[in-house]
Amino acid sequence: MMSQTNWNLEPSMESAAQIQLQAQYELFIDGKWQAPLSNTYYDNVNPADESHLARIAWSNAADVDLAVRAARSAYENVWSKLSGAERGKYLFRIARLMQEKAKELAILETLDGGKPIRESRDIDIPLACNHFFYYAGWADKLQEAFPGQQVAALGVAGQITPWNFPLLMLAWKVAPALACGNTVVLKPAETTSLTALKFAEICQEAGLPAGVVNIVTGYGDSGAALVAHPDVNKIAFTGSTAVGKQIQKACIATNKKLTLELGGKSANIILEDAPIDQAVEGVINSIFFNQGHVCCAGSRLFVQESIAERVLEKLKFRLQSIYVGNPLDKNTDIGAINSKKQLETIERYIQLGLEEGAEIYQPTCELPSAGYYCKPTLFTDVAQSARIVQEEIFGPVLTIQTFRTMEEVVQKANNTPYGLAAGVWTDKGARIFGLSQQLKAGVIWANTYNKFDPASPFGGYKESGFGREGGLHGLRAYLKFPN
Amino acid sequence: MEVLKTYKLYIGGQFPRTESGRSYAVLSQSGQHIANACQGSKKDIRNAVQVARKAQASWAAKTAFNRSQIIYRIAEMLEARKGQFLEELQALGFDLKSATQEVETSIDRCVYYAGWADKYQALLGTVNPVASSHFNFSVPEAMGVVGVVACQQTALLGFISQVLPALIGGNSVVVIANQKLPLCAITFAEVLATSDVPGGVVNILTGSVEEMLPTLSGHMDVNALSLAQLDIAIVEKAQTEAVENLKRVMSYSIDFSQSRAQGLSYISDFQEIKTTWHPIEQIAGGAGGY
Repeated sequence: MMSQTNWNLEPSMESAAQIQLQAQYELFIDGKWQAPLSNTYYDNVNPADESHLARIAWSNAADVDLAVRAARSAYENVWSKLSGAERGKYLFRIARLMQEKAKELAILETLDGGKPIRESRDIDIPLACNHFFYYAGWADKLQEAFPGQQVAALGVAGQITPWNFPLLMLAWKVAPALACGNTVVLKPAETTSLTALKFAEICQEAGLPAGVVNIVTGYGDSGAALVAHPDVNKIAFTGSTAVGKQIQKACIATNKKLTLELGGKSANIILEDAPIDQAVEGVINSIFFNQGHVCCAGSRLFVQESIAERVLEKLKFRLQSIYVGNPLDKNTDIGAINSKKQLETIERYIQLGLEEGAEIYQPTCELPSAGYYCKPTLFTDVAQSARIVQEEIFGPVLTIQTFRTMEEVVQKANNTPYGLAAGVWTDKGARIFGLSQQLKAGVIWANTYNKFDPASPFGGYKESGFGREGGLHGLRAYLKFPN
Repeated sequence: MEVLKTYKLYIGGQFPRTESGRSYAVLSQSGQHIANACQGSKKDIRNAVQVARKAQASWAAKTAFNRSQIIYRIAEMLEARKGQFLEELQALGFDLKSATQEVETSIDRCVYYAGWADKYQALLGTVNPVASSHFNFSVPEAMGVVGVVACQQTALLGFISQVLPALIGGNSVVVIANQKLPLCAITFAEVLATSDVPGGVVNILTGSVEEMLPTLSGHMDVNALSLAQLDIAIVEKAQTEAVENLKRVMSYSIDFSQSRAQGLSYISDFQEIKTTWHPIEQIAGGAGGY
C-alpha cells in the first residue's frame, strides 16, 4: 500500500492583487486612526515567504489608556443608551459588510497568518460573519435569555485574541460583547493584526459610533497594559495557559470579570467499530487543520489495538498526499507556520520526541525554500508520560497511542491538566454518549472534529480555561448577574 | 454526671480525630468554654481531598432523582435533630429565636436544593441548532472536587447554603468549618452519616482557616473553591494559590439568611458546560432539524 503519491499539482494561486496594504497602520481609537503615543512600530511579515507586509503601531500603556477612555465614554454616552434592537442592527450591518468583503478578508488572513486560503475562505471568514449575525439577534432578547434575572452590561471589555484564527476569534469576542451592551478595546496578536484593522474599517463603514470598538495593536506588553487598566470591567483572553494564568493573577483584587480560553492536548479516540477511512480523514483534519495551530487540535490519537496497524498504515499513506506549500495556493493542505518563533518551538518538540525515544514518521514532501514550514509529523511508541504527549506543541505533530478497553482509554484521555476537546470515532450511538459522559472536556466531537458553529458553546475544563464562547452560554461572559 | 461529646472530623464517611492530635477550645459568645474541636492539619486536608476525589464520580453517576431523595433525607434528619442544633446554638450564645430561625431556614434550604437535583440540567443545558448535520447539545456537568471555606459568620446556615448547591450538582466537597463556631458542622456530619450520603462525598474539617486553606487552594486535585465572608486578604491569597491549576473561585459576600442566598446560580457556579456533536444520518427525502 505504501506508494509515492507526491503529485505534481498545477499551482492554483489565489491572487492577492486586490489587496491594498497600507505601508503603515495606526491605532484605531475613538473611531479614528491615531498614531501611537509610543511612537513605535514593528514590522509585520508574511510567514509564507518572509516578505515584509506592513509596519504596525506598537501601543504602550498611554495608548491603551486612550483607548479605554474612548470605550468608557462611548459606553456612558452612546452605547448603553441604545436599545438592544438598535445595537443588534449595527451588528447585523457589520455581519453583512463582512460578508461583502469576505474574499478580501480571506486573502488578508492567509497573507498575514500563513493559513491555507481554502480554510480562510471556507471556514474562518464565513464563521466570523455568521458569529456576528448570530449574536446580532441576541441583542434585544437578553432578558428572555435569562428569565427572572435582571441582567446588565458590564461596561468596557478588554479582549486579547490569538494568532491562529485572528478574525474568527475577534468575532467570538467582539460580537457577544457588543450584543450584550459593552464597548470594546481589542488587542489582536502581534503577528496577525491585519484583519482586525480591516474590521476597524468595517466598523467605520457601518457607522458604528466612535469608541464602541477600539483596536490597539502590539505585543504582549500592550495586552498586559489592557489587563492592568483599572477602568476595564471585563477581560477575555484566548491564548496559552501560561499567559492565561498570569492574567488570572493580574485580575485578582480587581472587579474584572474574566474568561479564559487556553491551551489543550485533546484526545482523538478511534474505536474498533469505527468507519476507518472516515476516521483517518478525521485524524488529518483534527491535527493538520490550520497547521495544527488549534487550541482544540486532536494532538493525542488513541487507536484501539485491534485496528492500530491498519489505521497507522492508512495514515502514513494519506500523509504522502498532503500538500504543504504556499498558503495562497488552493491545493495547499498545510500552509505556513505562523512565525519563526513558533516554527522553532515545533522543531524543538520534534527533536525532543526523538530524544524521548519515540518513532517518527514524516512524508517525503518538499518544503518551500523561503518561509516557515513544517512537515506533518507522526510519533508512535510514545509513553503517556512523554513531554510530547503531555505538552501542547501547537503544530502539525501527532502522537499515537493504543488501548484495549474503554476504561483504559478514558483514563489515558483524561490524564492531562487540560480539558478542551475530545474526538470519538465509532459506529455506535450509545457508545458516543457513553464516552461523551466520561471524557472531561468542554467539547466532544463524534465522528467529526474541529467543527465550529456560532450556536455551539466552546470552552474548556480544568487548565484549558473557563467560560464559554458561542451559543446562549456565550452571553454569560459579557453580562452582569444579580448574584 | 453529663456525658460530654467529643467533636471529631468527618472524612470518608468516618469520624477520625485529626492526624495531628491537636484540639482547640470552642468558646461561647460570653467566653465560656463549651467543648473542644479537632484542630485539623494540612495532612487532614490532603486525606480528605483524596477520598473526595474517589467518591465524586460515583456520586455524580447516581441518578438525579436519587440525589434528590438523598438530599431530601438530609432535611428529614436535620428536622429530627433540630433540638440538638438548637441546644448547641444556644450554648454558643444565640438566643432561642435566632437559633430557631437559623435551623429552620437551613432545613428549608435542604428541601429547596433537594428539588433542584433533576431540574437544573433542563435550565442550564441547551440544544444548539448548528448548520451541519449534527445533534449538538450542551449539558452541565459537575466540576469535581470543590473546596469550601464555610461562612465564618453563621454556625450552620452558611455551611448548608454553600455545600448543598455544589453537592446537588454532583460535586464532592471538602469543607473547612467556621473556625469559631465549628460544632454545628460536626453535628451536621452526624446528619450526613445517617442520611445515605455516600462516605467521602462531604468531608468536614475543623480548625484554623489560615493553616488549612492554602493546602486546599493550592491543591492540584481540587477543581473549585467556594469562599464566603472571609477577610479580603485571605480571599486574595487563596485566589493567587488557586491560579496554579486554574481553579474556579467563587467568593460570596451575601448574607445567607436572605431568600436570594439560594438559587440556580449557586448550582451553576460549580458546573462545567459540555457540548457534544453527535452525527445525524441524512435520510433521502427526510426533513427535520433540531
